[in-house]
Amino acid sequence: MSNLSKIIKKEVKELLTPATLIPVIIIAVIFGSLGGVFGGVEESMSEPQKIAVVIEDNGELGQVAFAVLNSSAEIVYNGDDVKEALGTLEDAGGSSLFVIPSNFTSNIMDNRTGTIEAVWVMYGAGLMDSLPSEVAASLLTSVDQAISAYMITMGMTENASLVLQPTQLVETTIFKDKVMDGISPGAIAGVMSSQSFVMPLIVMMVIIYAGSIVISSMGSEKENKTLETLLTMPISRTSIVFGKLVGAALVGLLMAIIYMFGMGYYFDSLVGSASIDLGEYGLTLGVGDYVLVGISLFASLVFALALCMILGIFTKNYKAAQTMTLPVTFLAMIPMFVTMFTDFDTLPTVAKVLVFAIPFSHPMIAMRSLMFDNYALVLSGIAYTSVVAIIAMLVAVTLFKKDILLTGKVARSEEKGRSPLGSMIRRFVLKRK
Amino acid sequence: MNAVEVKGLVKSYGRFQAVRGISFDVREGEVYGLIGPNGAGKTTTLRVLSTLLEITSGSVMVHGIDLRERPDEVRKVISYLPEDAGAYKHLRGREYLRFIAEFFAEGEKADELVARGMEIANLGERIDDKVDTYSKGMARRLLVARALMIRPKLAILDELTSGLDVLNAREIRRTVKAYAAQGTTMLLSSHNMLEVEMLCDRIALINDGLIVAEGTPADLKQRYDAQNIEDVFVKVVSG
Repeated sequence: MSNLSKIIKKEVKELLTPATLIPVIIIAVIFGSLGGVFGGVEESMSEPQKIAVVIEDNGELGQVAFAVLNSSAEIVYNGDDVKEALGTLEDAGGSSLFVIPSNFTSNIMDNRTGTIEAVWVMYGAGLMDSLPSEVAASLLTSVDQAISAYMITMGMTENASLVLQPTQLVETTIFKDKVMDGISPGAIAGVMSSQSFVMPLIVMMVIIYAGSIVISSMGSEKENKTLETLLTMPISRTSIVFGKLVGAALVGLLMAIIYMFGMGYYFDSLVGSASIDLGEYGLTLGVGDYVLVGISLFASLVFALALCMILGIFTKNYKAAQTMTLPVTFLAMIPMFVTMFTDFDTLPTVAKVLVFAIPFSHPMIAMRSLMFDNYALVLSGIAYTSVVAIIAMLVAVTLFKKDILLTGKVARSEEKGRSPLGSMIRRFVLKRK
Repeated sequence: MNAVEVKGLVKSYGRFQAVRGISFDVREGEVYGLIGPNGAGKTTTLRVLSTLLEITSGSVMVHGIDLRERPDEVRKVISYLPEDAGAYKHLRGREYLRFIAEFFAEGEKADELVARGMEIANLGERIDDKVDTYSKGMARRLLVARALMIRPKLAILDELTSGLDVLNAREIRRTVKAYAAQGTTMLLSSHNMLEVEMLCDRIALINDGLIVAEGTPADLKQRYDAQNIEDVFVKVVSG
């Protein structure tokens, strides 16, 4: 083996460790999953949209419009009862109801624009959730073109602008039992993107910053050999753990405030020109709601810090500490991406369970849930996060009293075939007995 | 009352026994040395006595306090100086001493501790420099000062002068001797046989997790017909 080969072999062995490999695999899996989600959305968009149609117009142009819709979409309801149409549409998972009013043909024949009423059913407020209605809205362009062609064929070309655009759209969006006239789902999703992007980003940044502070602090204490001195001082282990956690939480929250100002200003400037005031539809947060968001964020932060403290206990030095933050980063990134692009309510059940199980998800989804009065989800999220945070804290304090804090690893099992964790649990149970 | 009473101490890491049932006593005001080769179990023993590692079996009493039952109480009477200890690099020397002192006293009493620490460290104006600018000798003097300024009932010193030049090592030894004379019990470990012979009232030779000989330096030299402790060590370890 040449000297070069020896060096290469040594470098590869040194660099290719589980600590460097696992994070890359996790990233690949996360992005692969996201690709699958987006690919699935794209695929579902290319399929014919499920729509409901209520034709109140008996005229020629009403039939033209219906023919176009029928050829381009899957009509799940065709009748004259709007309420029934909406029920059938929602049961079928469709998102668009088109109503062709009785004066549709007569208006166009009288050189006036024909009105098509669209009722959009929005299931979630994520950016992806407005896509079905946008695809369905594009059907109306085909309707326009067909009516224009009909008018030209019939020689109705006196009013050129009417020929070019014979219909106008009147929109109503129904979202979580709230009826919003004159607004499209895209506009709602656009305005709500402020919450969709800012909150998950802030939560993620706080968790990553505060978490890395805790882990780095542990790595630094071990590397600089200051931990042993600290542990032999007349200070309780609980005080050391809480001191480190609170210190990191304060710095993390300071970072969050700085980020909140910056990101808030950035997104305000993006949506500042939007003409929709969601407050008019009761979509605002009260002081109590903000308190709940704060509690959710706090519980989540405590969990993050306790988890990082546990990871920090296993770290040996500052460099290793940097790698240890990656699992926490990924745990925070999963709900961030999910809540940015979709709505918790529209996720498949398995995905819902997974997202709920990640404590960092709850402050990310709290704001939107509270806007639609989904207190059960927020309160259950706070309760769950608090429980796992307390468990994580107890584990951290317990580990702080163990040799593992200094040795950085669980002692090898004395019995073959028994895992170190199994041995720890067994010893714990025996001790309790 | 003995300052330290160790009976049948065993410390295991899984199947590996680092300390295999050692027993020894350290009298109050005594300087007691643990000497032995690398991996003999010296540091493990000191770490157990410092409440850093859990006892696998056996018992340890420090000034009458059961270490296994009341480690928090033991921490009030000991001061531990690890072999390669460090100080917080972002602090200045004086700030570091104050940070430590305030865990033991408040107000003027804390000021007194800091003043004593500065006297022991003897760093002159450099006491107000950042710790990360200190040489190894200066940092060790600061750490010895940290360990002794509180006048602990028991100072546990691991490889007191490891890696230091002659002058720094000599100064630190002088300080330890002075504080021992004032009543602080010292339990130390060292590779440096000369240092052990100069400092210790009694010595335990530890090898492979067991104490293989114990006594005053003079007793040991006589017992093994040796010129110095280094010869004793070689004779004992080589069997």
